[in-house]
Amino acid sequence: MDINDLRGLSTLFLMISFIGLCFWAYSSKRKKAFDEAAQLPFADDDMNQRTMREDVRND
Amino acid sequence: MSELNSALEHPTYNYKVVRQFAVMTVVWGIVGMLVGVWIAAQLAWPALNFDLPWTSFGRLRPLHTNAVIFAFGGSALFATSYYVVQRTCQVRLISDKLAAFTFWGWQAVIVLAAITLPLGYTSSKEYAELEWPIDILIAVVWVSYAIVFFGTIARRNTSHIYVANWFYGGFILTVAVLHILNSLAVPVDMTKSYSIYAGTVDAMMQWWYGHNAVGFFLTAGFLGMMYYFVPKQAERPVYSYRLSIVHFWALIAVYIWAGPHHLHYTALPDWAQSLGMVMSVILLAPSWGGMINGMMTLSGAWHKLRTDPILRFLVVSLSFYGMSTFEGPMMSIKTVNALSHYTDWTIGHVHSGALGWVAMISIGSTYHLIPILFGKEKMYSVELINVHFWMSTIGTVLYIASMWVNGIMQGLMWRAYNQDGTLTYTFVESVVASHPGYIVRVAGGAIFFAGMLVMAYNLYMTARRDASEDQPASAAASAA
Repeated sequence: MDINDLRGLSTLFLMISFIGLCFWAYSSKRKKAFDEAAQLPFADDDMNQRTMREDVRND
Repeated sequence: MSELNSALEHPTYNYKVVRQFAVMTVVWGIVGMLVGVWIAAQLAWPALNFDLPWTSFGRLRPLHTNAVIFAFGGSALFATSYYVVQRTCQVRLISDKLAAFTFWGWQAVIVLAAITLPLGYTSSKEYAELEWPIDILIAVVWVSYAIVFFGTIARRNTSHIYVANWFYGGFILTVAVLHILNSLAVPVDMTKSYSIYAGTVDAMMQWWYGHNAVGFFLTAGFLGMMYYFVPKQAERPVYSYRLSIVHFWALIAVYIWAGPHHLHYTALPDWAQSLGMVMSVILLAPSWGGMINGMMTLSGAWHKLRTDPILRFLVVSLSFYGMSTFEGPMMSIKTVNALSHYTDWTIGHVHSGALGWVAMISIGSTYHLIPILFGKEKMYSVELINVHFWMSTIGTVLYIASMWVNGIMQGLMWRAYNQDGTLTYTFVESVVASHPGYIVRVAGGAIFFAGMLVMAYNLYMTARRDASEDQPASAAASAA
């Protein structure tokens, strides 16, 4: 066991992490939560409208 | 008291700081690009340095890079990140005062840079030229920025942290680490310091910083912009949220290793050069994953490009991003780099990213923001946005095409040998041959710069309509 084994293992570790990440992101269990998250840019129009009105009033 | 209650029951966003940064994005864009056009003209007509030390190329070039990257790009990142984090977390920034401090602190840094660089105060580290007192101010402002941004995320009213905030967060955190570690220095007096690193280690630290300034300041941050403003402007959610997660982790895990490709064929150990090369080539995958994710968000809505010049800015910026993230990995291959390094090809590559990607996505996002920040339906003139779009595109293409021609020509001339082993061309012959390319570059840069003036006019007219047309309405509102 020398430093080169550690280097080899780190490559393996990164590869497993990446594959794990892909499985995690693409598992069907999480599809619904991610679909909801993707809608976040469109979910706050009332607060934006209120800010725009208040800003005009304060100017 | 009743106002306080209404603020608690009907919270609003802090658009003031966003508005300030958005306006300064346009102002610093104009200043930074004007200096860029000037120094481009100096390369074509050297007399334009006026034989003065303060206006010489060596002092104005860092002024240009600092102004466009940190003043223009930085203001765009501050503006959009403060806007996006509030809107996707559905909560106001945690502290209006600290946010205001980041605005004034950042402007102070920019003004100090604009004074000290022409005077010749420099640490001589590329993209980190500012001397140590300014470096400390940057660190303080940046930590405040991190507190405001992450504090706002911590107080969010949504269960999920939207992907754009992951990219902004990665950018803020990494830039703090890069800036502090690369700028470590021993001060001699107020205006002079020496880096604590020496020799090859200094070079490696410098390009670990330098390339990750590209990777995190100029890429991750602007990808955060992409993940909010492209879906918003196209009025449809991002193509694949799952891909965006893989994109984020793959991009930040790989980018951090790519720096050594700036030091091919130098004293840097060979294995480190090869590592940098391999990581740079791998980087193509996450870069294109992200680009495709942004582009495909438009699937089914491509017709909007015909009528919406803001969307056109955003989508064309993505195509330039795809182009320069293909070119970059190719140039990092050592045999290609043997031809391209130290030539104008590098400068062309940087500007295909800087003008085509960074500036165009910032401009598109700013056009999206300005009407909202000034309480308007839309920009004063959509037609002028279209004019600006074409000026930006033509300017960028002229710039990068002329630098490709110059760069490859220089690389070939420098490596040409005669049969007896002597060099075929003197260096100055390659400079003379580059002159037409330099003139084309000035033209391209000037067109891009003029586009920013069109934007400033459009911004002014959009903001000004407030005073003339909407006066009665706002007066009525405050009466009520």
